[in-house]
Amino acid sequence: MNIKILYFASLRDAVGHAEESFVLPSGVSTIGDLRAFLAERGDKWDALAEGRNVRAARNQRMASPTEPVGPGDEIAFFPPVTGG
Amino acid sequence: MSVSVQQADFDVGAEIATLSQGRPEVGAVASFVGLVRDVSGGAEVAAMTLEHYPGMTERSLEDIVGEARRRWQLDDVRVIHRYGRLEPGDRIVFVGVAGAHRGEAFAACEFVMDYLKTRAPFWKLEETPDGAHWVDARDSDDSAAARWETKSESPPGR
Repeated sequence: MNIKILYFASLRDAVGHAEESFVLPSGVSTIGDLRAFLAERGDKWDALAEGRNVRAARNQRMASPTEPVGPGDEIAFFPPVTGG
Repeated sequence: MSVSVQQADFDVGAEIATLSQGRPEVGAVASFVGLVRDVSGGAEVAAMTLEHYPGMTERSLEDIVGEARRRWQLDDVRVIHRYGRLEPGDRIVFVGVAGAHRGEAFAACEFVMDYLKTRAPFWKLEETPDGAHWVDARDSDDSAAARWETKSESPPGR
């Protein structure tokens, strides 16, 4: 089950890339699961760790940690927005 | 098209005029223009670069405009947000709302800005004498947006 993950702004700078293609491992079924799994990579991925101020979107809409992740999804992680 | 995300500057007078053109029922046009300031958190800002999430940005702005039109009786809404490198004094954002009366025009204009600040995926990278740094989100923006959650039953201007 493939998904696309995007990173923006300071979070992209921290993890070192803007986009990755990702195969969902078993047990990762929500945005929150995915974030925790990525944070487990350690080192620079600590930027996604619990307690860090990170927001997520699923298929280009803001998403809560409990929202499910499905095949073909575009998931994005980013810091709180600062436009306007 | 009511929402534009663009690098180019915009003509405020022309945008305001368009909001009521050919609509004799419009009695009020409220607008907001956001500008780049030369100071942020005490530091001098030489320039800033606005990054956004193409696709989601347009969708979120359209959702916000749609929500404003559900809450108030409006004749037209226009949102323009720029991205790329901008310098102090440059325009960043335009929100214009046309309605029959000032109450809904003022309220909807403020609502769109408050929601845009917390929901539209833009991020500012500021250039200061200490180097470039990402702007942190402000709690006051969250509380400004939250005001509208409790007022959804009877929005101001109704």
